[in-house]
Amino acid sequence: MSEPKKLMEAADIARALKRVAHEIIERNRGLDNVVLVGIRTRGVPLSARIASHFEAIENQTVPLGALDIALHRDDFHLRAAPPQKTAIPCDISGKVVILVDDVLFTGRTIRAALDALNDFGRPASVQLAVLVDRGHRELPIRADFVGKNAPTSHEEKVSVRLQEIDGEDEVLILTADERG
Amino acid sequence: MKILIKNGRVIDPSQNLDAVADLLIEDGKIAQIESAIRNPQSATEFDAAGLIVAPGFVDIHVHGRTPGQEYKEDTATLTAAAAAGGFTTLCVMPNTVPTLDNRSVVEDVLSRAKSEGNGVRIYPIASVSLAAKNEQLSEFADLKNAGAIAVSDDAFPLQDADFMRRVFQYARTVGLVTMLHCEDTALTGGGHAGVGRGGGVMNEGVVSTELGLRGMPRVSEEIAVYKACALAREVGNRVHILHVSTRGAVAVIRSFKAQGVPVTAEAGPHHFGLTDEAVRGYNTNAKMNPPLRTREDCDAIIQGLVDGTIDCIATDHAPHAAHEKEREFDGAPFGIIGLETSLPVSLQTLVEKGPLDVTQLVEKMTTAPAQLLALDAGTLKVGKRADVTAFSPDENWILEEETIRSKSKNSPWLRQTMKGRVKATFAGGKQIY
Amino acid sequence: MKRKHLLGLADVSATEITQILDTAEAMREVLSRPIKKTPALRGKSVCTLFFEPSTRTRASFEMAAKTLSADTSSLTVATSSVSKGETLKDTLLTMAAMGAGCFVIRHPSSGACELAASFSQKFGYDFHIVNAGDGCHEHPTQGLLDLLTIRQHKGEIAGLKVTMIGDLLHSRVARSNVHGLLKMGADLTLCGPQTLLPPEFGLLDLKMTHDCDEAIEGADVVMTLRLQNERMNGVFLPSVREFAALYGINARRLKRAKSDAILMHPGPINRGVEISDDVADGGQSVILNQVTNGVAVRMAVLYGLLGGEEN
Repeated sequence: MSEPKKLMEAADIARALKRVAHEIIERNRGLDNVVLVGIRTRGVPLSARIASHFEAIENQTVPLGALDIALHRDDFHLRAAPPQKTAIPCDISGKVVILVDDVLFTGRTIRAALDALNDFGRPASVQLAVLVDRGHRELPIRADFVGKNAPTSHEEKVSVRLQEIDGEDEVLILTADERG
Repeated sequence: MKILIKNGRVIDPSQNLDAVADLLIEDGKIAQIESAIRNPQSATEFDAAGLIVAPGFVDIHVHGRTPGQEYKEDTATLTAAAAAGGFTTLCVMPNTVPTLDNRSVVEDVLSRAKSEGNGVRIYPIASVSLAAKNEQLSEFADLKNAGAIAVSDDAFPLQDADFMRRVFQYARTVGLVTMLHCEDTALTGGGHAGVGRGGGVMNEGVVSTELGLRGMPRVSEEIAVYKACALAREVGNRVHILHVSTRGAVAVIRSFKAQGVPVTAEAGPHHFGLTDEAVRGYNTNAKMNPPLRTREDCDAIIQGLVDGTIDCIATDHAPHAAHEKEREFDGAPFGIIGLETSLPVSLQTLVEKGPLDVTQLVEKMTTAPAQLLALDAGTLKVGKRADVTAFSPDENWILEEETIRSKSKNSPWLRQTMKGRVKATFAGGKQIY
Repeated sequence: MKRKHLLGLADVSATEITQILDTAEAMREVLSRPIKKTPALRGKSVCTLFFEPSTRTRASFEMAAKTLSADTSSLTVATSSVSKGETLKDTLLTMAAMGAGCFVIRHPSSGACELAASFSQKFGYDFHIVNAGDGCHEHPTQGLLDLLTIRQHKGEIAGLKVTMIGDLLHSRVARSNVHGLLKMGADLTLCGPQTLLPPEFGLLDLKMTHDCDEAIEGADVVMTLRLQNERMNGVFLPSVREFAALYGINARRLKRAKSDAILMHPGPINRGVEISDDVADGGQSVILNQVTNGVAVRMAVLYGLLGGEEN
């Protein structure tokens, strides 16, 4: 069995998030209308990290939310993940919502997230920030901000591990055997 | 027509016989029991090596369902089930439609037994009252003349002590045993009449409390048994207590017997072989009246069988169609079939795990019930009708719906392993199973 | 959730209860949204089958199903007596043939839901059964919503002193709560007159008393049970007046509980009987929270049963 391949080290993650923060500010000409919404589970700490970069760069606090998409998944009949709480801190109508997730793969999670977001208002626009884009889209969805593009095979799995949840920062590529 | 049953262990409590021997049947009667009978020409041989050869079993408590409820059981299926269970004599209860309360119904039951049955003998038990309403006595004398061998209130227990006393007095006048279903229905919520009307549906206790089912307290039987025995002591008639299910009832019967009161009693295999735990899952095949009780009640009944307080075993065979049992527990009718499981359940509970030996068990299923109602049955004496059962005391088999001979399949032992199996049944010298 | 039916809390483990309550917390958030609708059960058909009148439980289940986008249908079967009319089996199979995949059943007979569950897959139709109250047996979603309410107000359920008062003999709510609370580690006391408190409950790991003041002393949670009209006068109780005097919860009596104790009732309340007006509407009453939690818990149950197995 081969060793899992390390795609990003802690420092790579930090650098990528900082760059993504800069790009968001640049694209939106500041942060006045921006709301950050992390997709559970690992999008939530990532969005918090981006928010702290915003504070460091612009000295500005943006509303920070968490979105659970279990109730909006399209594979409910196959697996019903226990839903967790969604917390949207303000009315998002007319706002620029930046959705944050760890890995962009088929695009189905983002589809569900867009659907879920709808119930909280009508944003001016929705942009997507991801730490890793691994390709293999099954829906017409793309990311606006990408920490790292990583071509993978369909059988591989990209595992993002974060300090807040997993105790350390790293991104691994696991082969089919290691996924068990 | 001659049949020679060879090499079996012949047990006949009526003549204190327990020996390996051959048994010769000739012209429908027991002709000879000896070791190594030389096969007379033309006798069909049945090899009973390793089997017990006993008098055909006698069940004095069966719901034949005929006339009126042939969808539950008809005479052909009833007698086939009896044969498969080793029974050659049945006494059938009067809760038929119409009620067995007059000569014509008695005659109907007897004529069907002859025309539709397989040779198993059927004796009708008449209702104590017209239409089983417990308001007006039925014609005991005419019923007896027509062939009824006892009177009973089974399924419609007598409550009114005055009417019960009149029943006893009149039954004594006519010379019939009164077979009583002892239940204080005020305590049970109506018994059979309470089905679907909020009455009790199982034993009152831990299980009923957990399942949220209305209970039938054990004391409801004890009180009714006491009432019946006290009245019998006063009137001096023969009273038989049906389906004893509680420790309290056993104790009451024991004390009245000790006083010399002419009371007898029976118990069903389910009442010593199962407890109310069998109801869990709302198993309507574990619903009967009196209901399954507790371990201590089973133990008391077994003790009663040992010391003679309980005279015999009777099945209370009560067939019900699948659609009647496949419903809410509250609304399902009381009763289970029992003819085809009586022997194995009794062997397992009373002999293998219990204090009886197989001879005592045979006595409780043959000689004792026959004597109780003065039936000419339950014996292998030479010259008597050749009703014989040969069974293996240790063969294992599984009770499957498909192989049950009874028309109804409402048994709490479905898909369970039974130990002990009837191998052949002869009625009037004819092999019927 | 790996189960197919929810028939009672007797066979639901503490872990599973916690999982349902966690899910229900998330469902509460959905209920607080401006648009209370999520597509999770789109295309699923939930049929409420009530053989006994009940407005609130049915409404609660229907709101739960609709919030999750399930299609709902309902059938009220009037039964004067369980021994008459169409059988449960035929009613169930008829609705299943119309496409219902989940039945929420309220029935006057204990065990009716076990019977209904036994028909699934047996006659060519596959369906889920949720018990919405069967006879005097169980009312598991009420038990769960009570646990959720307690957890919300008190945090951990283990170790809490919970007192349940009233008609324990006939109460399906009581049975579900006894199972649920004992599994979650509560210190449980049951209280009522002996006519309504079967001694068999005493075999469980709980305390029993006929003295209401003693039962309430130091309680964290006081749970009262509804007294059914037909039991109010007669053989179980002499009168409403005497029951209220002996077992009714009023401000004076509630003072015996801890100062931050919560007061619960499954509703509908007989005001002035189980609970006096002042405490029913007072600060310690969480009766309306129970109602809201009812919808959340039923959403969690439907979601858990109708979803695929978690992998």
